[in-house]
Amino acid sequence: MFQGYVLSLTIWVPIAFGIAVLVIGRDQSPLPARWTALAGSVLGLVVCIPLWTGFQPAAEMQFVEMGSWIPRFNVNYHLGVDGIAMPLILLNSLMTVLVVVAHWEVITDKVSQYLAAFLIMSGLINGVFASLDAILFYVFFEAMLIPMFLIIGVWGGPNRVYAAVKFFLYTLLGSLLMLAAFIYLYNQTNGSFEILDFHRLPIGETAQKLIFLAMFMSFAVKVPMWPVHTWLPDAHVEAPTGGSVILAAITLKIGGYGFLRFNLPITPDASHFFDTFMITLSLIAVVYIGLVALVQQDMKKLIAYSSISHMGFVTLGFFIFNSDGMLGGLIQMVSHGFISAAMFLCVGVLYDRMHSRMIADYGGVANRMPVFAAFFVFFAMANSGLPGTSGFVGEFMVIMGTIKVSFWYTFLAATTLVFGAAYTLWMVKRVVFGEVANAHVAALMDVGRRELFFLALLAVLVLWMGVYPKAFSDVMNPTIQELLRHVSQSKLG
Amino acid sequence: MNTATFSLATMAPAIPEIVLSLLVFTLLIVDLTLRDEDRHVTYWLTILSLVGTAVLAAATVGRPTVVTFSGMFVSDLMSQVLKVATLLTVAATLVLGRSYLAVRGLLTGEFMCLALFGTLGMMVMISAHHFLTLYLGLELMALSQYAMVALQRDSARATEAAMKYFVLGALSSGLLLYGMSMIYGATGSLELTRVAFSIEHGQAQHLLGVFGLVFVVAGVAFKLGAAPFHMWIPDVYHGAATPATLFVGAAPKIAAFAFVMRLLGNGLQGMTVDWQQMLVVLALASMAVGNIVAIAQANIKRMLAYSTISHMGFLVLGILAGNDNGYSSAMFYVLAYVLMTLGSFGMIMLLSRAGFEAENLDDFKGLNRKSKWYAFMMLVLMFSLTGLPPTVGFFAKLAVLQAVLEAGYTWLVVVAVLLSVIGAFYYLRIVKLMYMDEPVGEITLDPRADTRWVLSITALATLVLGILPGPLMDLCMRAITASM
Repeated sequence: MFQGYVLSLTIWVPIAFGIAVLVIGRDQSPLPARWTALAGSVLGLVVCIPLWTGFQPAAEMQFVEMGSWIPRFNVNYHLGVDGIAMPLILLNSLMTVLVVVAHWEVITDKVSQYLAAFLIMSGLINGVFASLDAILFYVFFEAMLIPMFLIIGVWGGPNRVYAAVKFFLYTLLGSLLMLAAFIYLYNQTNGSFEILDFHRLPIGETAQKLIFLAMFMSFAVKVPMWPVHTWLPDAHVEAPTGGSVILAAITLKIGGYGFLRFNLPITPDASHFFDTFMITLSLIAVVYIGLVALVQQDMKKLIAYSSISHMGFVTLGFFIFNSDGMLGGLIQMVSHGFISAAMFLCVGVLYDRMHSRMIADYGGVANRMPVFAAFFVFFAMANSGLPGTSGFVGEFMVIMGTIKVSFWYTFLAATTLVFGAAYTLWMVKRVVFGEVANAHVAALMDVGRRELFFLALLAVLVLWMGVYPKAFSDVMNPTIQELLRHVSQSKLG
Repeated sequence: MNTATFSLATMAPAIPEIVLSLLVFTLLIVDLTLRDEDRHVTYWLTILSLVGTAVLAAATVGRPTVVTFSGMFVSDLMSQVLKVATLLTVAATLVLGRSYLAVRGLLTGEFMCLALFGTLGMMVMISAHHFLTLYLGLELMALSQYAMVALQRDSARATEAAMKYFVLGALSSGLLLYGMSMIYGATGSLELTRVAFSIEHGQAQHLLGVFGLVFVVAGVAFKLGAAPFHMWIPDVYHGAATPATLFVGAAPKIAAFAFVMRLLGNGLQGMTVDWQQMLVVLALASMAVGNIVAIAQANIKRMLAYSTISHMGFLVLGILAGNDNGYSSAMFYVLAYVLMTLGSFGMIMLLSRAGFEAENLDDFKGLNRKSKWYAFMMLVLMFSLTGLPPTVGFFAKLAVLQAVLEAGYTWLVVVAVLLSVIGAFYYLRIVKLMYMDEPVGEITLDPRADTRWVLSITALATLVLGILPGPLMDLCMRAITASM
């Protein structure tokens, strides 16, 4: 009955519930707001199910919806998903449920606004992935900044305002340049903002390079790539746990998604021209940021740097232009969504009890929280790319892809298997194992049912994707093959 | 068309103006008979006159273009739409400023009548089809504004602002008049279509025309408040009582836009190449000065003044595209801008009370604790001024940027975009103060229901127009194609 409106529902159900939460929310009794938000996030996930079950493994856009929005500029409400966007929508809707569950006993100030911000943002992010019109995409893309700005700035840590403003301005700078590129393309296509028309449009060499750089600015900030990554550690560290989860699991993916949806197909020649540049930046992220992660004192900062390093793998995979690399990059994106979310939730579990993120304040947590320690160690293994977990699949495929291009790229990329293991496991060793470090640790209580729920759910997903990645790659592969074919054709002349 | 026969038919296009002027004169007399405690009668009659005239003007929307009074006056779709917008803006200004004025003893017949005279001036400007009517309307509006700013007699700040405003305003009027006289010399006519005809057919003396044009553009820039002719804006915005600031800052921008359209679009379209370069300088300077200097302001009225300058830069950007696409985007921009101005100054007045002006940025601290609704309204307004979707400010910027890029000024678009990022910082700071800081003093909100409703409606309108900008964009496009 709602078959034709699945994507609209994934966007508007969370937003409608977000508004409802705002309306019924009272500061004195947050429970109704909490249950409404939970209902909204679960319903938001339920309406996504047809996307998974009804998806045809083919390259063309599916679940398409089309309506005129702004006739003056020929802007359409045009939605549709392919194998790249669909998994990301599911990932996002799932994370929203986890965030709502994770906030339950933790956030006590302005609860309804907190939940509403997450629900509205969830809908907007689904809109980003589902838009097939550049302006529609841009509207969702930018509107998303508003709730994220508030989440970091209102519920974050001590240095939250600095982090929020930095996050906002960095992202805004990038995206406004992209807007200029969109308008240029609109004028070139004689009045169409359709992304698929942009894909088909022949563009001259210089124009392609400039458009590539404009969009690169926007998505490189989001991914984030070295050297425009500096907002991320600040934003992550200061954001509340839920904010970190959404930032790491979802908003970083928008950067990767943007490269696949915009840069590669719109400017294929420029993408080839800049491939060494992109690969260099990606490898710097993998190696250098990996080393930076090694010396962090703060757990959240460490995970934030590890995210940048892992996202370096994603962009590396995209710009070596073969199917192993690109598919690996995409799988790595989804897998990183699960793992980074799990890591941040684990740190959140500790932080809620100890109110410290410093590694030095911990030690011997396993003695007091054995169940938690098991999960933490498992996710740490996944983060360092242990075979059998989802972290392995993507990295392995990207490395397989890179070896076809250059030995040295592969060599540098593979160092992550050493560094990644080093920083993650060293952190786990210092936090989880050893003697009980102090009286605070001695007083720790193990995870409750609520925490067990989200950790177990993520563990199952990480294992599923690690053991049977075919379920994901079957969905993604046709789109990736089509994209590769498209990118290999020059748009010049 | 040029035979001077006055009949009812020739007056018909000017009915809203005629009715409004009759109403003002009646109001002047009625106000004399009222005792001081009954001033609210004058207030309500003023609102009634404005809304009534707006309804009359709305009834004319869609009528075919008519030029009347020997080519002095035109009624076309652009003027019809802009007049309705002007009248409603002034009405909203007065409703938003009601408590503020009453508490400070400014809710007087003089203020109301001056507001109406000013509105009349704006309407004449909007419908002018002749250099003289343009100037007449401009002066009627400007003189009322000087007086309104000066009306707060015992405030040194207001008096100083009024003096500055008057001296600079008179200077700019002089420049404008001088430029107009030279264009008259070059083309031999003051009527816009004849000026245009003479330029198009190469009958005008080009050098003299360009010389006059420089003065006209300078005068126009003064009235718009575009840099480097912006010096009066911060002082007047800061010094005047907030409702007077709003009166100066909102509706006259619509009139000023119409003024520019009549002069440059209708009259001097043939010299586009010449004025385009001047406007490029104005737009760049305004966006740079406005956005950068605003960061240093601690007073919100001064901050909004500099924000106005930057927005006027954007408006000029749309006009300099020099085609229907650019003009219609500028028209959309000015309407969006007026809406945002109404909202943001309305918020300042909402937070002000007897003996307290909520004009420092710190007065917005912790507003979210006091009122979630109005903090949200201000958030929407600030993001709209930033130009972030889904608010109308975004589509206004989008339309302008599209027109400028189409006109071939790619570098200008990139500069404009970079300066908007700088601008984002100070709007963001207000959001930060409201949501991320604790209140410093007591926050009280103006309890009047009508004020609150109008404020909420203007703020929500920026959101609704940001989600459904289509109809208004179409209207602007139709208005411009019908008028140019």
